[in-house]
Amino acid sequence: MLGKLTLDAFIHGPIETGAQVIVVLAALGIIGLLTYFKLWKWLYKNWLTTVDHKKIGIMYIILAAVMLARGAMDAFMMRAQQAIAVGGNPGYLDPAHYSQIFTAHGVIMIFFVAMPFMFGLLNLMVPLQIGTRDVAFPFLNSMSFWLTVVGAMLINASLVIGEFAGTGWLAYPPLSELQFSPGVGVDYYIWALQIAGVGTLVSGINFLVTILKMRAPGMKLMYIPIFTWTALASMVLVIFAFPILTVTLGLLGLDRIFGMHFFTTDLGGSAMMYINLIWAWGHPEVYILMLPAFGIFSEIVPVFAQKRLFGYVSMVVATALIMVFSFVVWVHHFFTMGAGANVNAFFGIMTMVIAIPTGVKVFNWLFTMFRGRIIFKTPMLWFMGFITTFVLGGMTGVLMSVPGIDFQLHNSLFLVAHFHNMIIGGVLFGFFAGLVYWFPKIFGYTLNEKVGKWAFWCWLVGFLLAFIPLYALGLMGATRRVNVVEPQFHPLFIVAAIGACVIAVAVFLQVLQVVVSFVQRKKNLDTTGDPWNGRTLEWATSSPPPMYNFAHIPQVMGRDAFWLMKNSSAAIPTEGALRAARLSLTPSLGHSSFTDIHLPKNTPMGLIIAVCAGLFGFGMVWHIWWLALLGAVASILFVFIRAFDEDIEYTLTASEVAKIEHA
Amino acid sequence: MDWLSNFVLLLPKGAIAAAELGLMYQATFFMLIVAVPVLAITFFFAWHYRASNTKAAYTPDWEHSKLEELIWWAIPLEIVLIVGALTWTSTHELDPRRPLDSALGKPLVVQVVALDSKWLFIYPEQKIATVNYVAIPAGKPVQFEVTADAPMNSFWIPALGGQIYAMTGMVNELHLIATNPGKFDGKSANYSGDGFAKMKFIAEAKTQEDFDAWVRSTRALTSELSQPEYVRLKEADTPEPLMYGEVDQYLFNDIVMKFMDSTEMNGRQHE
Amino acid sequence: MHETKITEDRVTFGFWVYLMSDCVLFAGLFATFAVLRGATFGGPAIDDLVNMPFVLTETILLLTSSFTVGLALLAGSAGKKKLTLLALATTLVLGLAFLGMELSEFYTLIAEGSGPARSAFLSSFFALVGTHGFHILAGSVWMLVLMGYIAAKGLTEGNIRKLVCLSLFWHFLDIIWIFIFTFVYMFGAI
Repeated sequence: MLGKLTLDAFIHGPIETGAQVIVVLAALGIIGLLTYFKLWKWLYKNWLTTVDHKKIGIMYIILAAVMLARGAMDAFMMRAQQAIAVGGNPGYLDPAHYSQIFTAHGVIMIFFVAMPFMFGLLNLMVPLQIGTRDVAFPFLNSMSFWLTVVGAMLINASLVIGEFAGTGWLAYPPLSELQFSPGVGVDYYIWALQIAGVGTLVSGINFLVTILKMRAPGMKLMYIPIFTWTALASMVLVIFAFPILTVTLGLLGLDRIFGMHFFTTDLGGSAMMYINLIWAWGHPEVYILMLPAFGIFSEIVPVFAQKRLFGYVSMVVATALIMVFSFVVWVHHFFTMGAGANVNAFFGIMTMVIAIPTGVKVFNWLFTMFRGRIIFKTPMLWFMGFITTFVLGGMTGVLMSVPGIDFQLHNSLFLVAHFHNMIIGGVLFGFFAGLVYWFPKIFGYTLNEKVGKWAFWCWLVGFLLAFIPLYALGLMGATRRVNVVEPQFHPLFIVAAIGACVIAVAVFLQVLQVVVSFVQRKKNLDTTGDPWNGRTLEWATSSPPPMYNFAHIPQVMGRDAFWLMKNSSAAIPTEGALRAARLSLTPSLGHSSFTDIHLPKNTPMGLIIAVCAGLFGFGMVWHIWWLALLGAVASILFVFIRAFDEDIEYTLTASEVAKIEHA
Repeated sequence: MDWLSNFVLLLPKGAIAAAELGLMYQATFFMLIVAVPVLAITFFFAWHYRASNTKAAYTPDWEHSKLEELIWWAIPLEIVLIVGALTWTSTHELDPRRPLDSALGKPLVVQVVALDSKWLFIYPEQKIATVNYVAIPAGKPVQFEVTADAPMNSFWIPALGGQIYAMTGMVNELHLIATNPGKFDGKSANYSGDGFAKMKFIAEAKTQEDFDAWVRSTRALTSELSQPEYVRLKEADTPEPLMYGEVDQYLFNDIVMKFMDSTEMNGRQHE
Repeated sequence: MHETKITEDRVTFGFWVYLMSDCVLFAGLFATFAVLRGATFGGPAIDDLVNMPFVLTETILLLTSSFTVGLALLAGSAGKKKLTLLALATTLVLGLAFLGMELSEFYTLIAEGSGPARSAFLSSFFALVGTHGFHILAGSVWMLVLMGYIAAKGLTEGNIRKLVCLSLFWHFLDIIWIFIFTFVYMFGAI
């Protein structure tokens, strides 16, 4: 009746039990607070059923923050283990548990921190940057978000009920097959990622259609901000890459449920096929994350250097080249698997070729700074941190793209240092920069600069302390994923552990920054909607923007559309300027006439469909077939019900719009 | 400092590792040609063009220059062409399957089987086998033939050269050579499950005389790695290295073939 | 509603993009089939599976159904409700007949011990052909539901838009079938 699920699944050793208790208490705590403050109705009306891209964006970032806490806990546990497990001391984590922790760490950080963070920023800013009211498919946007949440919840559930995969974040077979991983861990992995993956693919389509079909009048593709260009490229990668992940995990699932032989050791399975497929997805994935981070810097540097972005056209070309080339480098993740020299050399050279357009971007940013007037507010500091760490990480990447060198560095801690260098120094620093840059627009008040700067320096120092030692350890021949430490490696592991502590302080400071800024918000209100003297359209709205973004869809005249508006002699009033004008009761600016605005209605369907998918996933993991069937059928049923619902919009009349604008 | 001797990759003990290190230095050098100026420019621009420095030139609308663009498309392209050519030649020279210089003599063949928490070494010519210990003659090429009877592993002796994956049903060749006698750490570089942390072995290069003596004394042992003994060995705990004086001559072949299609003449080829 | 034309444009474009992603999905399955094709391990190989008349019949059924769904779209655009429903019903019947044949092919194989767990080749065969069949099933369910809505609510703009997407989907599956027919069955028979 309950498949493989028994009471045993709830019983674990002391550490997991501790984690279980924390998770359950946290969940109860949140439910308790919501009930005590009578917030359920507010939560349902404003957040659970919303289809507004701005709210969905905020929720994505909250999800990323929550899962960052969990992923970081995994990291601290690993560092603590490696700090003590020397010279015969087995530490407190045996290999089986250690393997679940490093697997969960990787899966959570990529799929449930970096990806949601990216989609959060895309959601918040892309529609505003292209001068439109929402994404192409607001309901699907909501559904995608909730599917991602359900995926994350399945991962969290594995902590409480059962176990997680102990295979590494890409679950290579034959280790991930039933023969070597008979438990439910790998199944949690498969179904959490399949469900979240559907959400991601649908979002990819959503943003692609949005950018290609919903730009404001006059906004040709060569006028869109670079952040939107990189978002577009990233979405193309999502659309082409994520189906490969779906196939690969699907086939692994078929092996595990139906005893098929795609990747087993017997009857013809080919683990090498899995590795090729998973990396054919995996490499584009890192560019999916990286390109928007680059895009964010392309927004920040011109604003804070008070100068036009250098080389817009070559930035676009570079982005396109990176996008295309990201599909022809995947073998560099397994040079040591034994492909011949021709194959390895080809892929090595292609990997180096990607460094060219990447380098062009760096030069374009530097020459935007050239002869600018640079203001070193927090977003610009993040850029400086990014450049220094990224150049180092890029160098180590080119090193490893030479197969002969990679043979000695593959799967060593040098590799681990390299990819953390790229993802933290590149992706995460970029997203943090975007967060502090766009925070005033989203919430209506500016962040505390001082605490923000402390947080940045702690992140930079912490990152260097935590990962430079790993480069050295790689050169000492230390491999990754080992739970005990050889004595000669120990000192550097201690340094890395200290670095992890500094990062913990940095994260604490970021939280502090938000709290302090919230407390001080009345003194730091963004009244003009344009706190940084911005160049792109999102700054043309009030902070925060009204739910429909623009009462009047702007007419765009060129690149840096908002800058043109501010500086052209025929001053086309911006929404923010209008608002400011109204606040100061200056009647000089026109536009007293508003039009009706059609908006999509809120709906719980996205959440409902996702929950049903979650039931399906849980049933598949534990072989509770009736539950899986119920969940699948219910999901599909609700999709049909929604698809055939004709009553999905409402109208904000012109007078209602006027009321909001004059408020 | 003695601690520096731990940087095994920077102190190669064999020709392959030395070649790989040489490559590392060359590639690093070429990249520094770009990286150092980039970092210098970054910090110089950041400092010189800071807002408070009103003496610096300020051209807020300058956004394009064909010359500049040409330079920074061209220079990285040049570097990539050079490093790319280096990659092409070195990848072929350092192909693990490529036998070493024939002037060094006929290579010693050692068959390697990655198991759940141990490495098994079979010497087909010498008819002996060892667990978690492999002796080789210094100055002579060794041809490792690597397979697995366990989840995917990676055979790696950092002091002597790069690694190669160990997979069921496949035989990957790796040619290495130790310049001088010595003891080197060997490990697995691909996570294979609970036994992964125990996948450590010692590779010892001996002089030719010492090696021959070692072979003779091992051969004299009564322990035999028969098929049933192999089955027992797979599951056994082996805290210390083991030696076998006799080994079933079909064992390695059977280990590889049991994953391949025996009903067809040509099973699956590994290329 | 003045926005409907814009909406339709976005929806059909978005659906095309989804079809591209589905194409990549099938590409992955084709690649897997190509790699594992020879791993028969004593079980049947592809030439043992190919029954040309059978496969040809399946192909004709599916190609004809593509034709009838095209008729349905024409009739729908011309506002002819009864004709639309008739064409859709024919398409559905042909599609289900195709599915029935495919299911019987699978059943026969499984009954004789050549199911997907027998060898890597059979796993990849069942996965590729089965995924296509699963898509046909999904399309059939969609078609049934859409027929119900058209019968009840008539040929509204929303229903026509859904019909456009459904016919795109159906044609796409037809094209995938041509590839399966060629690279799996025909290449196997040669």
